[in-house]
Amino acid sequence: MRGQTVAIIDYGSGNLHSAVKAFERAAREAGQDDARIRLTDRPEEVAAADRIVLPGVGAYADCRRGLDAVPGMVEALTGAVRRDGRPFLGICVGMQLMASRGLEYEETPGLGWIPGDVAPIAPANPALKVPHMGWNTLIIDQPHPLLDRIATGPDGLHAYFVHSFALKPAEPADMVAHAEYGGPITALVARDNVAGTQFHPEKSQRLGLALIANFLRWRP
Amino acid sequence: MLKTRIIPCLDVKDGRVVKGVQFLELRDAGDPVESAKAYDAAGADELCFLDITASHEARGTLLDVVSRTAEACFMPLTVGGGVRSVADVRTLLLAGADKVGINTAAVNNPDLVAEAAEKFGDQCIVVAIDAKRVSAPGETARWEIFTHGGRNPTGLDAVAFARRISERGAGELLVTSMDKDGTRSGYDLALTRAIADAVRVPVIASGGVGGLDDLVAGVRDGGASAVLAASIFHFGQHTVGEAKAHMAAAGLAMRLDP
Repeated sequence: MRGQTVAIIDYGSGNLHSAVKAFERAAREAGQDDARIRLTDRPEEVAAADRIVLPGVGAYADCRRGLDAVPGMVEALTGAVRRDGRPFLGICVGMQLMASRGLEYEETPGLGWIPGDVAPIAPANPALKVPHMGWNTLIIDQPHPLLDRIATGPDGLHAYFVHSFALKPAEPADMVAHAEYGGPITALVARDNVAGTQFHPEKSQRLGLALIANFLRWRP
Repeated sequence: MLKTRIIPCLDVKDGRVVKGVQFLELRDAGDPVESAKAYDAAGADELCFLDITASHEARGTLLDVVSRTAEACFMPLTVGGGVRSVADVRTLLLAGADKVGINTAAVNNPDLVAEAAEKFGDQCIVVAIDAKRVSAPGETARWEIFTHGGRNPTGLDAVAFARRISERGAGELLVTSMDKDGTRSGYDLALTRAIADAVRVPVIASGGVGGLDDLVAGVRDGGASAVLAASIFHFGQHTVGEAKAHMAAAGLAMRLDP
């Protein structure tokens, strides 16, 4: 895609600069030197973007309030993604916000794009620590273009996770990959033109940059 | 499978690495951003900046270091030192920290930990515990918390505090033995194990690493989820790659991505 615009939504969540830098570098590696990576809190820029990224670090309810606090943002986001079908990537809480609702500290409605709840992680083995924190491998549930040419499975590359809550998709068809941690932990969900990672691609070195490059090429 | 993490820790004062980092071919051994890049390339699993700047005015230089590091390194970054308020936590997260370490303020005001966790999620709140053994030899081991860089005793039992603060919202505990710190004789494994067994959250072992077997022991005997070390890496005694290979050979699950 020539000269495409990628809007990374700024709604007061942390970690935005590293996301921008990771997208800029992945764009170069994908041969898209002319891609415009825009950190923005302006709904009209989101509405006009070719691709949209919703990052997120924080507690679910606080992130949802932050998104709602930008006038017109949820409407612009919903219009671009749901009506116009632009490719969308949610990261960490940005991914969890695609769910029906979050249960961290209080019950909070999500965007409802991937049916399911965001609930506390409860590994079957009580010796396993929570948060699920650190580097884990990915196990593929179904192939997806975002994972093209990325080594997965027990001997594959690692992704960086840091979370105490996880999205449990109501429809198994929405689950693309999981991590194993006393049971499956949702790692990557997707449906139509929307996708989301529980792990942080902007902190996941080779795997992360490759996944972002795949997102920049993705034609759902 | 989740892997054991190796975390090099850099002490930063007024925007510069204290004691220097003498490994690889750094252009400027005192520049934390250059050090961070070198550790990123070497395969470190996370990086920790500990700000030991005395004056409040110099905090701006730390924020600059954090944001330049986050722009150059696609690896997780924990920043601690002098965090007193929810606003301090937010400022560091916005600058590019992934996790924020709270030490003295967590002891003086545990509500701060709860508030920060509610705002930013428990996963990004690391409480740093500096503990010293206070039991006599032969007695049941007991450790007490010290604050202000280890100068002030608090009378608080370290294990009880660890349990309480993790229930209030600390997502991870960085446990430093003040008896062992700087001795190069290994972690205080009994302290690390006592806290790791008492809490549900991950524990980072810290203080006293002299060689690669100490890292293995911190995980196998201390029950730590991650091991923090400074001088063995800074002065070129071992590379992060050697440490990972050694730990993997000892049977620990390590991230060995090319």
